[in-house]
Amino acid sequence: MTAAAEQTRTLTYAEAVREALAQAMTADERVFLLGEDVGTYGGAFGVTGDLVHRFGEERIRDTPISELGIVGAAVGAALAGMRPVVEIQFSDFTAQAMDQIVNQAAKIHFMLGGAATVPMVLRAPTGSGTGAAAQHSQSLEAWFAHVPGLKVVMPATPADAKTLLLAAIDDPNPVIVLEHKLLYKQSGPVPEAATPARLGEAAVRRTGADLTIVATGVMVSRALEAAEQLAADGIDVSVIDPRTLKPLDAQPIVDDVIRTGRALLVQEAPKTAGFMAEIAATIGESPAFGHLRAPIARLCGLDVPIPYAPQLERAAVPQAGDIVRAATDLVRRW
Amino acid sequence: MDLIGDAGPAREALLTMWTIRRFEEAVDDLFARGLMHGTMHLSIGQEAVPVGACLALSEGDYITSTHRGHGHCIARGARLDEMMAELLAKETGYCRGRGGSMHIADVATGNLGANGIVAGGVPIAAGAGLAVRMRGGQEVVVSFFGDGAVNEGAWHEGVNLAAIWDLPVVFVCENNHYGMSMSVSRAFRVKQLSERATAYGIPGVTVDGNDPQAVHDAVADAVARARAGEGPTLVEATTYRWKGHSKSDKNLYRTREEIEQWRERDPIARFEQRVANTLGEQEIQACRNEARERVRAAIRAANAAPDASADSLTEAVYAK
Ligand SMILES: Cc1ncc(C[n+]2csc(CCOP(=O)(O)OP(=O)(O)O)c2C)c(N)n1
Repeated sequence: MTAAAEQTRTLTYAEAVREALAQAMTADERVFLLGEDVGTYGGAFGVTGDLVHRFGEERIRDTPISELGIVGAAVGAALAGMRPVVEIQFSDFTAQAMDQIVNQAAKIHFMLGGAATVPMVLRAPTGSGTGAAAQHSQSLEAWFAHVPGLKVVMPATPADAKTLLLAAIDDPNPVIVLEHKLLYKQSGPVPEAATPARLGEAAVRRTGADLTIVATGVMVSRALEAAEQLAADGIDVSVIDPRTLKPLDAQPIVDDVIRTGRALLVQEAPKTAGFMAEIAATIGESPAFGHLRAPIARLCGLDVPIPYAPQLERAAVPQAGDIVRAATDLVRRW
Repeated sequence: MDLIGDAGPAREALLTMWTIRRFEEAVDDLFARGLMHGTMHLSIGQEAVPVGACLALSEGDYITSTHRGHGHCIARGARLDEMMAELLAKETGYCRGRGGSMHIADVATGNLGANGIVAGGVPIAAGAGLAVRMRGGQEVVVSFFGDGAVNEGAWHEGVNLAAIWDLPVVFVCENNHYGMSMSVSRAFRVKQLSERATAYGIPGVTVDGNDPQAVHDAVADAVARARAGEGPTLVEATTYRWKGHSKSDKNLYRTREEIEQWRERDPIARFEQRVANTLGEQEIQACRNEARERVRAAIRAANAAPDASADSLTEAVYAK
């Protein structure tokens, strides 16, 4: 790494995303943004902020409320040589645009025998915790991870929010970046340089002897919080953040489970057919299987839509305390 | 129905508009004091549309609503206690704390639901109209949506289905001039949204959405057409939302002067002037007091109710 790449400052997750967008647009004039209220309003979560004043309305392009049209336009622009970055206000609304995402963006390269690429990025705030209820709080990463042709990214820190977005913009494929809305205001060190991360590289956030915790999105910070408490109770855990669900970097997970012999898989999304089922199967199919001392455990959101009331919303998805309990149970019982 | 010269309807219209206003002011205040959770979309300034439209409906008729749906819900006759309880995350709320502001439905009054998805209610309204048609009923469906909804695919598909099948649906566009920050002048080429009706072969009219009588007349005509089997109508009611889109709005996309101009056209103050002779100052004051008292009582009842409980959270995900 160069000295410049190591230079960091403290930014919020939202600022880190904005910086990545600004740097990508400065570096490459093909990059532009489109989405609802990304201009003067500054984005539904304030992510685009003042970018319209720096880059103008051509490149920070406000659209009518029409997700299917927006994604369709991005697909067309990408095919025609641009590098569009779409903001969908809540990941839930990708449902409106699913035909364009799944049947167009994801498949065009394949269907055309590689003759064309769709280098677009779709960013969308995801997850629960804001009291926005069932149509504004979902974690839909498994939908996208299931579709060949899409890449799926879930940044859990400000630094990753920047460097993974830069990687997504550089990537010649359609990339879905799911930003957790509870993380936007969290701050952390962010590299100054516009150096992209590599898609398909997991982060080992912590190494411990007793248990491997795999967590995505906002569950990474909850798992780290739980790890502190567990350490105080004498239980020493690893926390691994895959960062990109597709392509998945399974090796660090497998290696760690070989060491610890136990795996606790934590996601916010409902359990059934969720992404952690994929991780469980991956571990089960790997050499780590023979090293398991305990059944692979999943701690997931309940199989319910996200409710409105704060106490119900908290009860619907794993909290740090739930992770502590699940981990303790797993280590003590096995 | 004469809302101006006839004391009964005049009183009902005024009381309902005040109830909506006071309810939303109370909600705004509870929010500001950190006593309410989530986010909220207020329709302060737009009260004449739901009130005028719902007065054109009969028992058994349906509505579909939007994220900005408190007014529709109240105008259609929902109970304030249950609404407030829902917003305060209580077990006694309409949705037992699962829905909140954006998902309140009151099936008893034919309210098929608020909706967190822009234009989400439009094809649902067409479907409700189809059901009415198929069972030979006389009911009508009013679908409320904003100016922002008319660019969603769901809107076009819903309106087209209602049009080709002559369904008993009245599409009521609350054109408050903005879809979040996207102004109507930037979002479409037509001058009036009612022109869109032409593309679907149905009638379209534009009325002053700050005048409950004008809204009522247009919707009543459309309801009569729908009941007679002549199919849907698009009614565009022009109005304005005084407050920001939701709690995250910094109002960067419009001017203070513009908001001030529209506040001068307050639908409630204007209506009070027009019904002054019919109702008299005392009766008008009584409406204001009654609205305030109803909202206060709803807050008291909601505060006294038990919090929604997570014990049964996994129930009712599937119908049994
Ligand atoms: C499909 C979808 N896209 C975007 C949003 C986010 N959003 C909520 S309300 C809104 C503006 C809607 O404008 P309009 O339909 O004119 O109704 P108004 O808010 O003015 O009442 C937007 C963009 C959403 N809820 N659903």
